[in-house]
Amino acid sequence: MNKVFTMDAPATSRRLDDMRQGLVGKPLDRPDGPFKVTGTATYAHEWNLDGMAYGVLVRAPFARGTITHIGREDIEAMAGVLRVITDARFLRNPAQGTADEAPIQGPTEVFYLGQPVALVVAETFEAARHGAQQLTMKWDCKTAVIDPETAETEEGENLEQGDLDAAMKAAHATVDATYHTPCHTSAAMEPHCSTAVWEGDELTLYGSYQMLNYNINELADSLGIDAANIHMRAPYVGGGFGSKLGIAPEAVAAAIAAKELDRPVVVALSRPQVFETTMRRSETTQRLRLAADANGKLTGLGHEALVSNLEGETFSEPVTQSTHFLYAAENRKMAINIARLNKTCAGSVRAPGEAVGMPTLENAMDELAEKLGLDPIDLRKRNLPERHPEEDIPYSSRKYAEAMDTGAAHFGWDKRNRTPGGLREGEWLIGHGMAGASRVNSIGEASARVTLSRAEDGSALATVETDMTDIGTGTYAVLSQVAGEMLGLPMAQVITKLGDSRLPKGAGSGGSWGASSSGSAVFLACEAIRSQISEKLGLREEELEMKDSEVTSGNTRRTLAEVLEDGPISAEGTIKPGDTADDVNQASYGAYFCEVAVNAVTGETRLRRMTGVFGAGRILNEKTATSQCYGGMVWGIGMALTEEMVHDPRDGHIVNHDLAEYHLPVNLDMPQLDVILLDERDDWACPIQTKGIGELGFCGAAGAIVNAIYNATGVRIRDYPVTLDKLLDGLPED
Amino acid sequence: MKTALTINGTTYQLEADTRTTLLDALRNHLGLTGSKKGCDHGQCGACTVIVNGRRINSCLTLACMHDGDEITTIEGLGQPDAMSALQEAFVRHDGYQCGYCTPGQICSATAMLEEIKAGWPSNVSDDLGTDIRLTAAEISERMSGNLCRCAAYPNIVAAIAEVGGDKS
Repeated sequence: MNKVFTMDAPATSRRLDDMRQGLVGKPLDRPDGPFKVTGTATYAHEWNLDGMAYGVLVRAPFARGTITHIGREDIEAMAGVLRVITDARFLRNPAQGTADEAPIQGPTEVFYLGQPVALVVAETFEAARHGAQQLTMKWDCKTAVIDPETAETEEGENLEQGDLDAAMKAAHATVDATYHTPCHTSAAMEPHCSTAVWEGDELTLYGSYQMLNYNINELADSLGIDAANIHMRAPYVGGGFGSKLGIAPEAVAAAIAAKELDRPVVVALSRPQVFETTMRRSETTQRLRLAADANGKLTGLGHEALVSNLEGETFSEPVTQSTHFLYAAENRKMAINIARLNKTCAGSVRAPGEAVGMPTLENAMDELAEKLGLDPIDLRKRNLPERHPEEDIPYSSRKYAEAMDTGAAHFGWDKRNRTPGGLREGEWLIGHGMAGASRVNSIGEASARVTLSRAEDGSALATVETDMTDIGTGTYAVLSQVAGEMLGLPMAQVITKLGDSRLPKGAGSGGSWGASSSGSAVFLACEAIRSQISEKLGLREEELEMKDSEVTSGNTRRTLAEVLEDGPISAEGTIKPGDTADDVNQASYGAYFCEVAVNAVTGETRLRRMTGVFGAGRILNEKTATSQCYGGMVWGIGMALTEEMVHDPRDGHIVNHDLAEYHLPVNLDMPQLDVILLDERDDWACPIQTKGIGELGFCGAAGAIVNAIYNATGVRIRDYPVTLDKLLDGLPED
Repeated sequence: MKTALTINGTTYQLEADTRTTLLDALRNHLGLTGSKKGCDHGQCGACTVIVNGRRINSCLTLACMHDGDEITTIEGLGQPDAMSALQEAFVRHDGYQCGYCTPGQICSATAMLEEIKAGWPSNVSDDLGTDIRLTAAEISERMSGNLCRCAAYPNIVAAIAEVGGDKS
């Protein structure tokens, strides 16, 4: 018996709140934890199949042109080398998230420096790497376009409402500022990797991927085979952050090589290749215009951005995504232009859009608050729209004001420094800043199967199965919690199996929709199981109380083991997005508060403490949700202070393509971080009232830090990251 | 080239290319995939193992340089049903998310606590001559060679502080 539910109306029954097992929301340990901490969790490179050969990709060392010759013979003559492979099916770049079809293919026409053009396969990794390093090639160069400011552009989204220019002229106070954010990279700790093995026409691919339901079709389309002949496995994924959303060059190359050589082949990217051939976040140039009347009410809001991507790619960084609905203003202009460049493909990197659009919007709001002489929180509150200012629809649940108030009280915002550059401790300038957080919310179609059966010891056991992934997000934990809550089982009696394309299709991990989508699918499957149990016992499903492996209703009490005496009970649940996606504006919200110290002599910024308050609907697991928010806030530290992928303007190569030169925050960069999760249920979001939280912690975080740097120094830097060289000239003399 | 490696108390006779790093020997030749390859450049710490009592990046050293050495990898510290105190603390404090850097973090932390016990000062130590206190800053400084992109840093510090604190 299966249950399919389309989200066409708010789910007001909030059934999870009526359940009695007490798992949902609790800060429980992850069931996958013991495997991760002992090195026994199996990632994509760790299947060590019999007869496995090693493949190393070779990149194009130029940014635009055509390969005319590959020196195959010399390499194939080297000891241990099995084959040099080039194939028209090789991917130019990874598929975009949810593409569901092959990206642009072909290794001959080169569009960016780093594009994979050949695969060297050898008996050992060392021989393959040596062959790849020695491979010679000839090419015809064309002129590469590297600088977005001088490139030809295409028009993307373009919204005009009212007359922003007139609003700016008539305003009591305005901000008209241009901000720049550089290219970023996901830098997941596990480099992208695929292990391919064929049995006849059946391909098994062990890969590091976020969305198997889409990836399997992308891989099939790339190879020209039927998706029914592909089995993908990804039980553990060493971080994704968007970089593993779509099928990538190494998977297709490994599959082709394994077929040609008739043996398993593993292909892992080197760390520089991860930088060069997986998705980058586009650089952005953003013009923010704010017009306000004397009461601090916005009359005009403009957000225009220049972003970039490769020729033929439809993705453009959706910089204005939250700006559309966050603040009221009658006169609006939002536009995105796309420069076509010969740089690594641009795609989703954690929180595409808000990651770079929210900090700058919140910087502009900070500038406006100062001009108006208003508390930044007050300015924001004065401009919360009643209804979506462009679409005229209501909001679902919006915890923005509560997040700001809660954060202000926790942080001690009333004791902040109010004079930019006015608070000094020795050679350190101290400043405080805040910013809002916002991230759009959605669900994707997802299915999951739950089977209630008796374990070997006779106890009742629930098994949750879906191809959904856990990329560190806590999927193993939260799906087990939902099933245990609904079926009255402790965590130890629930097993969740993930990352296998033969299991019911989940939504995949991306866009912060995984827990809501797959959690709802598990919830629905459990509702179907409860119906079957109630039918069996002749009881009403709504009156069943399931707790500690027992079912009770009125005077009836049965152990689940008894109920399962004549066999297991299984059901599949499927959630589909519906009208609630359009009837209301759904987003998760939050606020950040931080204190920085900027060295008056060196310009070095140290973050001292940071508070983040978030409203993301029902929290399924307080511990894993808090970890997600820590992660987002630390990404904010990186974006504000250190992260910048630098391209050489002459040939387009990434100058800092490794972890020594692309500066991720390290442990000592982290200050005291406080995360507060607000109590919320968003009935419009999904049947379990959750919203996305994986990206929210990052959506504006860098803006709070940069606002605090201004407060400390009196210097407005509109060019991310705020490295010390940008601050030095403006720092006050003693 | 033949190399005798003692790993987690077991001696292995490795027959591998001289170019094989200790990390690749563990992962590709000996089936010990707990040690992770995050960068292969000594920049991320995911491959940290303990050689003769000291933590090192196993990607930055060749296997053939370790003939006769005593090596401890994450597999030697505990198993899912018999975890070390640090491993348990990482689970309890959610000192990871994706888990890929985690074996390196735990090997690193295991050796780091011994360094503190031995009185080795760090960049953030107040005084070179006195006992080192296990402050959050000491832990953070000494663990900054182990990157975590999920940024479980607050939880990693809490896990190490709990275990290190119990011992002192």
